Amino acid sequence: MFENLSYIALQQYWWAIIALLGGILVFMLFVQGGQTLLYTIGKTDTEVKMLVNSLGRKWDLTFTSLVVFGGAAFASFPLFYSTSFGGAYWVWMIILFAFILQAVSYEYRTKANNWLGTKTYDIFLFINGLIGTVFLGTAVATFFTGSLFSVNAMHHSFWQSAYKGLELALNFGRYATYVNLSLGLAVFFLARILASMYFMNNIDDETISQRARKIVMKSTIPFLIFFLFFLINVLVMNGFNYDPVTKVVNMESFKYLHNLLAMPLVLILMLLGVVAVLWGIYRVYFAAEKCGRKAVWFTGAGTIVTVFSLLLTAGYNHTAFYPSIYNLQSSLTIQNASSSQYTLTAMGYVSLLVPFVVAYIWYAWSQMNKKSITKKEMEEDSHAY
Amino acid sequence: MEHFNMALVNWSRAQFALTALYHWLFVPLTLGTSFILAIMETIYVKTGKDIWKRITKFWMTLFGINFAIGVATGIILEFEFGTNWSNYSWFVGDIFGAPLAIEGIMAFFMESTFFAVMFFGWNKVSKGFHLTSTWLVAIGSNLSALWILVANAWMQNPVGMHFNPETARNEMVDFWAILFSPTAVNKFLHTISSAYVLSAIFVIGVSAWFLLKKRNLVLAKRSIVVAATFGLITSIFMVLTGDESARQVYNVQPMKFASMEGLYYGENNAPLVAIGFFDRTPSPTNPNSKEWAAKFEIPNMLSYMATLNPHAFIPGIHDLVHGNEAHNIISYYDRIKMGKLAINALKEFQLAKKAANDSTAKTALKTFETNYKYFGYGYYDNPHDLIPNVPLTFYSFHTMVGLGFWFVLLFILSLIFALKDKLLQKRWLLYLALWTIPLAWLASEAGWMVAEFGRQPWVVQDYMPTLSAVSNIDHTSVMITFFLFAVVFTVLLIAEIKIMLKQINQLKDGGHK
Ligand code: HDD
Ligand code: HEM
Ligand code: HEM
Repeated sequence: MFENLSYIALQQYWWAIIALLGGILVFMLFVQGGQTLLYTIGKTDTEVKMLVNSLGRKWDLTFTSLVVFGGAAFASFPLFYSTSFGGAYWVWMIILFAFILQAVSYEYRTKANNWLGTKTYDIFLFINGLIGTVFLGTAVATFFTGSLFSVNAMHHSFWQSAYKGLELALNFGRYATYVNLSLGLAVFFLARILASMYFMNNIDDETISQRARKIVMKSTIPFLIFFLFFLINVLVMNGFNYDPVTKVVNMESFKYLHNLLAMPLVLILMLLGVVAVLWGIYRVYFAAEKCGRKAVWFTGAGTIVTVFSLLLTAGYNHTAFYPSIYNLQSSLTIQNASSSQYTLTAMGYVSLLVPFVVAYIWYAWSQMNKKSITKKEMEEDSHAY
Repeated sequence: MEHFNMALVNWSRAQFALTALYHWLFVPLTLGTSFILAIMETIYVKTGKDIWKRITKFWMTLFGINFAIGVATGIILEFEFGTNWSNYSWFVGDIFGAPLAIEGIMAFFMESTFFAVMFFGWNKVSKGFHLTSTWLVAIGSNLSALWILVANAWMQNPVGMHFNPETARNEMVDFWAILFSPTAVNKFLHTISSAYVLSAIFVIGVSAWFLLKKRNLVLAKRSIVVAATFGLITSIFMVLTGDESARQVYNVQPMKFASMEGLYYGENNAPLVAIGFFDRTPSPTNPNSKEWAAKFEIPNMLSYMATLNPHAFIPGIHDLVHGNEAHNIISYYDRIKMGKLAINALKEFQLAKKAANDSTAKTALKTFETNYKYFGYGYYDNPHDLIPNVPLTFYSFHTMVGLGFWFVLLFILSLIFALKDKLLQKRWLLYLALWTIPLAWLASEAGWMVAEFGRQPWVVQDYMPTLSAVSNIDHTSVMITFFLFAVVFTVLLIAEIKIMLKQINQLKDGGHK
């Protein structure tokens, strides 16, 4: 079946998969959001323990989503993989270190003789929560605002800033930095909203639910401010267009707005996504007792759909998805950065596994959630974190 | 020779070696223990005896502690190809990226989903679903080994691809050739069986310690029976696949093979140096140096092992470098010439294409294609740069093999005395079992040293030398991350070992018998 697709159709298919993985990853960052709330929502040891254990059943999924995002990018758009990871070296290294610290922290934090002490591992979790959300959000924003690199005829890429990617978040003399950071902060607050909703869904404890609800309320305004700032900027900014025949890249005003208008389906998806996010929040505000438990599903699905449509806007309709502001013609497009037709076809078959994977994750998740986490369980379970 | 930033190359290699060797401290224990757990839980579900549940849960705790740090050290490897080997990532990404992605989609999700059920689901899901989850964790982790090893095997023996001069990269043309290349199949089988052996030794060693301390006797004895049986079967498999791996190396990487065996000059009826010590690092340019201070040889064995013919000619390092017409071996000098032709032709081709000069492009392409086989050699001027570190490869290889035979013996002894219920009387065996734990790791890491140091200077055999694979960054950045990794991983490793020892120490299962 994939053999019958044209090369460009395969490239678009794979960009959609990457966009979907990106969406799932941002949703799953609720684990990171939760890690920044352990001591805000949990006031006693048992409460913190309940929060940690609730997140602890999911952290590996988020981690794996990040890993799979990397692997899939490598397989389908290797030039993006080599340019971005090899170039924005320090950004990715910092993100990776944060995830390395996270991976041991759940398992080790309360184990006897853990050397560093519970507090240290909880600080690791906080660091990961902060960096994981803000940096990943900032990195995604560069799909619209561009980075400094060039690519030569052998497809070797050269990053043109000595700060190796850190300039994208720290060069305050450049307006785009604020746009980048605003998405990073929007993701941070969204992750905290999602985490609170997840706690309401997953933990059977009145006090925790109440506190989580407050966090949702407190985070909504900053989330909206940062997200709208980012979105409006994207819609009005000059974008990176390329000519489908000559492959020459040029700047086009209102490019991303044009993209949405040219692809009404994507526009509708984006609107639906945003509405779903807000609808979940609305339910926590006004009907917390009845509907709070389910809010995470609306806001979560909305997050996935919104990010998905944002990334489609960045890559479809002759748009360079990883633009270079150093040398416009080095910009990466889904056509010049992709794997060969053969590989995309072979990987197409592999992608058929994805629905199956989602199904068993769903099944296992619901089996485990049939009983919510309670204080009693924390005292009894010998494997609890 | 083009200018390469050797400091960058060396720091990048050091960082990769560091992170990969660290990852490999934890991975084999995951691969094997997951199956041992699954077997133990199956016995529990079949017999319904509570002791088996306690046994399973105890080893599961240790498994979890190890798993976490295995995951922590794995993520960096996944991204390191991009961050530190970005030229490599383009040159072979079309082939190499696929197994990595498949690994994530097929294996890592399976592992992480069912891991949560296995750990926290004891009182939440049915017995049957729980047991299934434990098996799926084992299958998932072993699947992840499959795909990454396919990727690694492809670098040792690149097949199923074609170089596309327009995109300047290798492109996949045959997925199945890559998956089922004999190198990949052998590598997978040998590596997972070696991981099972390591895990079995771990279980036996820890149990032996309990017996020495006269604690948790029932748990320890039963664990030994399971682990020794598992270990004996898999260790035989490990020796057989290791032997086959060596034959594969002989076929596709003769230089690595010669280094593994310390064979400088090829010969017919080549003997196998079973135990040997180098006098000083000899070099083929200095042929009169004494190579061996001491050695113990088995006549004709090397010829037999490599080709199944005891009289066959086995080329040594000297033959490979200088060529050997009688045996149809093209010298490295000639390969370097052809490699340079290929590199220049590629440049010509690209220029001609740009200038839309079709006939020049066509002749350049032709030259390129006839010489592409030796493309990577063209980066070098001196063939002696193409020889790996021989003593390191030799000693690593012999350490691994020697220990392999000892492990088989250990499993046999443990099983015999366990079945006769005489383990408590054989304290010498219990001590040996305990002290074999670190040796299992030594053998395992040595195996990777053979595979990875022995193939230097290639990342992709014959096509891409390590020095042209690196990212275009400053070496200070890599140096800093190298030290950060060294510190972070070492701290986490110490924490892991402390926690692990505590868990073992504090186990009081009662059940004196
Ligand atoms: C417990 C660990 C262990 C033990 C006891 C052995 N091996 Fe091994 N060996 C490995 C663990 C290992 C490994 C870590 O799994 C390696 C590293 C790379 C690979 O593919 O597997 C390996 C590689 C490796 C290679 C190199 C493959 C390559 O370069 O691609 C050869 C030729 C052998 N082994 C042969 C043997 C033989 C003949 C053994 C006889 C007893 C043996 N090994 C025991
Ligand atoms: C986990 C087990 C592994 C270990 C212990 C290991 C070990 C090593 C070591 C010691 C080096 C350094 C060699 C040198 O500096 O000369 C190295 C290099 C390298 N290995 Fe491995 N390796 C492992 C698995 C893999 C796998 C599965 C792959 C590919 C998928 C791989 C790819 C590479 C690459 C790209 C380099 C860098 C180039 C080089 O210096 O050789 N390794 N590895
Ligand atoms: C250099 C190449 C390698 C890369 C890029 C790599 C990547 C990774 C990553 C990203 C993880 C974390 C997965 C998660 O999210 O749960 C991981 C864990 C794991 N890897 Fe590796 N790995 C490499 C080498 C190997 C080798 C050679 C094997 C086995 C033969 C292996 C087997 C495993 C297993 C079983 C796990 C699961 C958890 C554990 O380590 O205990 N990996 N690896």
